[in-house]
Amino acid sequence: MTDVQTRPGESDGAEPLDHVVIRFAGDSGDGMQLTGERFTSASAIFGNDLATLPDFPAEIRAPAGTVFGVSAFQVQISDHDVTTPGDAPSVLVAMNPAALRSELAKLEPAGTVILNSDAFDDRNLAKAGYAFDPRDDGTLNGYKVIEVPMTDLTKKAVEGTGVKPRDAERSKNFFALGLISWMYTRPLEPTLDYIKERFGRNEMVHQANVRALQAGHAFGETAELEAQRFTIAPAAQDKGVYTSINGNTAMAWGMVAATVQAKLPAFLGSYPITPASDILHELSKHKSFGITTLQAEDEIAAACSAVGAAFGGALAFTTTSGPGVALKGETMGLAVSLELPLVIIDIQRGGPSTGLPTKTEAADLLMAMYGRHSEAPLPIIAPHSPSSCFHAAIEASRIALKYRTPVIVLSDGYLANGSEPWLIPDVSTLPDISTEFATTTNHVDAETGEAVHWPYVRDPETLAREWAIPGTPGLMHRIGGIEKEDGSGNISYTPENHAHMVATRAAKVAAIAKDIPAAPVTGDVDGADLLVLGWGSTWGAIVSAVDRVRAKGHRVAHCHLTHVNPFPSNLADVLRSYPKVLVPEMNSGQLSRLVRAEFLVDAKPLSKVQGQPFTAAEVVDGIMNLLGGN
Amino acid sequence: MTDVQVPAPTTRKDWQTDQEVRWCPGCGDYGILTAVQMLMPELGVRPENTVFVSGIGCAARFPYYMKTYGMHGIHGRAPAIATGLAMARPDLDIWVVGGDGDLLSIGGNHFIHALRRNVNLTILLFNNMIYGLTKGQYSPTSELGKVTKSTPAGSIDAPFNPVSVALGAGATFVARTHDMDRKHMMEVMRRAHDHKGAAVVEIFQNCNVFNDGAWDTLVTRDNRPDMLIDLRHGEPIRFGADNEKGVVMGSDGAPRIVEVADVGEDAILVHDEQRSGPGLAFMLSHLASGVDMPTPVGVFRAVETTEYASASKSQLTAAQERSGAGDLSALLHSLPTWEV
Repeated sequence: MTDVQTRPGESDGAEPLDHVVIRFAGDSGDGMQLTGERFTSASAIFGNDLATLPDFPAEIRAPAGTVFGVSAFQVQISDHDVTTPGDAPSVLVAMNPAALRSELAKLEPAGTVILNSDAFDDRNLAKAGYAFDPRDDGTLNGYKVIEVPMTDLTKKAVEGTGVKPRDAERSKNFFALGLISWMYTRPLEPTLDYIKERFGRNEMVHQANVRALQAGHAFGETAELEAQRFTIAPAAQDKGVYTSINGNTAMAWGMVAATVQAKLPAFLGSYPITPASDILHELSKHKSFGITTLQAEDEIAAACSAVGAAFGGALAFTTTSGPGVALKGETMGLAVSLELPLVIIDIQRGGPSTGLPTKTEAADLLMAMYGRHSEAPLPIIAPHSPSSCFHAAIEASRIALKYRTPVIVLSDGYLANGSEPWLIPDVSTLPDISTEFATTTNHVDAETGEAVHWPYVRDPETLAREWAIPGTPGLMHRIGGIEKEDGSGNISYTPENHAHMVATRAAKVAAIAKDIPAAPVTGDVDGADLLVLGWGSTWGAIVSAVDRVRAKGHRVAHCHLTHVNPFPSNLADVLRSYPKVLVPEMNSGQLSRLVRAEFLVDAKPLSKVQGQPFTAAEVVDGIMNLLGGN
Repeated sequence: MTDVQVPAPTTRKDWQTDQEVRWCPGCGDYGILTAVQMLMPELGVRPENTVFVSGIGCAARFPYYMKTYGMHGIHGRAPAIATGLAMARPDLDIWVVGGDGDLLSIGGNHFIHALRRNVNLTILLFNNMIYGLTKGQYSPTSELGKVTKSTPAGSIDAPFNPVSVALGAGATFVARTHDMDRKHMMEVMRRAHDHKGAAVVEIFQNCNVFNDGAWDTLVTRDNRPDMLIDLRHGEPIRFGADNEKGVVMGSDGAPRIVEVADVGEDAILVHDEQRSGPGLAFMLSHLASGVDMPTPVGVFRAVETTEYASASKSQLTAAQERSGAGDLSALLHSLPTWEV
């Protein structure tokens, strides 16, 4: 085996493409997520723009060979700016019959199928539900099919490393990665570096994976697949240092950045839940920033511990998914009543109940708005791309600290696990979100003449109350979920006071509209026939769709909300500037209801609730339908 | 707790708020409040470094009457709120106050987890064996057969024994007292406060409206000598007006009550609150299965082990000593990067 040296740009007459969409699919245990991530990482380092869609089952190791156990990873790499992982893959890598059966329909017409032919035995065919071998019965007619005995070639490649034969085939994902890397002229070095870092401690496994990768790469040449070799040039990107980041890592780093920018110790109370757990894992690693993490006994304790930490003067977070938000509801009501800063991060998933734990959905918006007992308004922030989760965490913290309020961040499984190249920001450009604790008394008791701290004395501008933390002499005070008199904080059941407090809590949140950017409008800002209004992770599909319909000559504008509550103050004008409004959402029409109720505009929902993000084509269809097909 | 500077002495008045106390006249809570307010000056701590956290229920109004920092939270969640506060602020002196419904029913999960983590909290569990604030339903400590508004035919729920629950959850300090004996309350609470870790004090408390006299067989001045067994570390477990009764460990492994004269003084079980395993304390907690049986009070268990908030803080400190204060820019560049 010779070492394979590749250099970017050395392409041996390979055909240039402007983009490609590849879908890796195999058993849950086949390492397809790893394969996809490594291909993505190598492409990112090469300089392509890209977007990814990991798509895996909830079962950790579903029975091998079954259709429901198929784990897939889709990536679009491109020589220009892309915002989605692509509608239909042009290449499908199927490691077994189940992967082929489950994924083939997604492949574009005349697309390329790369099969691990060793896996197509009677047993696997039967498990996948194939009565006949799809390679022979016409199922694959019209596709380019490349059959590769990956298992066998991997076993041969790793001979002599000392890896047992039955373990040897576990390296076949690296064989597949090597082959695809050859086909798309990806440099191998980033993958070799990764293998060394990940498996270096076990030299046998390290060597096996290296050899499998190289064997896959060499196979491309020796099998005369020259006609299948392509280049995708680096995309024009802003100058700077990039990294490939997924939404959950970006969120966690945003929480770290908020901690630094707030100059506070931070606390995360969390309970493991898919797809949010990785944020807890990541933050647990960063204790040196003064971040304390608690894996609580349940979702309620996770939120309550964060409230306790906030009372103590920490920047407090709780991370979860929809079912966890439901459980935290009462605690969020408490935080509204206490008027303490708290950031609640909801990585939405398909529901209700357990629903689709590993699949995406964005159907918690109305819960975030209204899903608490009584009148308990709070601000909502929604990142629109994986890397924007970083800034969403900082912005949510800023608002929570400045206005002494719980804030909800609505991410979702698609953002959480999807990754994209990210121009790493200069940390000196991040906003200062620090706040001040009360240090002096703010009231003199009329009867006793004693200087005291009244917990509900408010800043006239923000309506935020003072944050006096335990340990501060002279400012001892009691707060609670029970209704209190504004100012003194004493328990009060007076009718007028309760009405005043309900109105004040609402006014405080509503006034944040003055402190957030106007909703940005892009596309045909003046004179569009239709406005697409989006929020959250639909951004990528909407941007692509709007580009496509505008390229065909239609006049369409796009407004995307990061601040979903309160709405930016220009939103009313934006919505009334266009004759038609379409709201694509991964729910049954939640933002569209909110804007209809708030602004009396005839906003039409475009719903998708399949556990999968919108494709750009689906949004194009929605736009064209509402435009009337003209 | 460790105050850096020597705290200025306080008086009982320094710990009293101007809030009108709103418990029913005659409620046992008054006696407990007085005991706590009288104890605080003796502990040498400062009001500004003290926090009372509560859930919901009659007992949970307690923080409003203490001139300290305080939070009246939501039902059952005080131990969870206090855990987060203790982790963020291990420098504080944190008390949790709740009733039997608050801490053992809706908050049972948080109660046991705060105990097994050994968070530095002093937990006062007011046990009146009834729901008071919701006006008279049976509680998780109500006796079998209890007739209440929600159990007109009698409760069929086996009650919790709070001390047993706490010991089962691994609590490192567990004690019991009652609202009729201020001196005993203060002594037990002082021990609980000084304990580094989670400390539970079950307080027999009379609800004179919905469960009046529920503890009378044990706690009235006349009944105490024969019905309360005061546990004292290192001393034989004896009680009775003339100390004539005692507890022995039977050859069947079960403790039982005997006349000391019948077995001899040397046969009497010597109380050992510091025994590392909770087994003996657990057996003592089950010595009585109802208020008609002699019942141990005092400190059942007091063992020192790693405290949670300080352990968490140590991990933070260790991380900072290892790699310095966090460097945000370095973090953002910690995955593979490339330059354009």
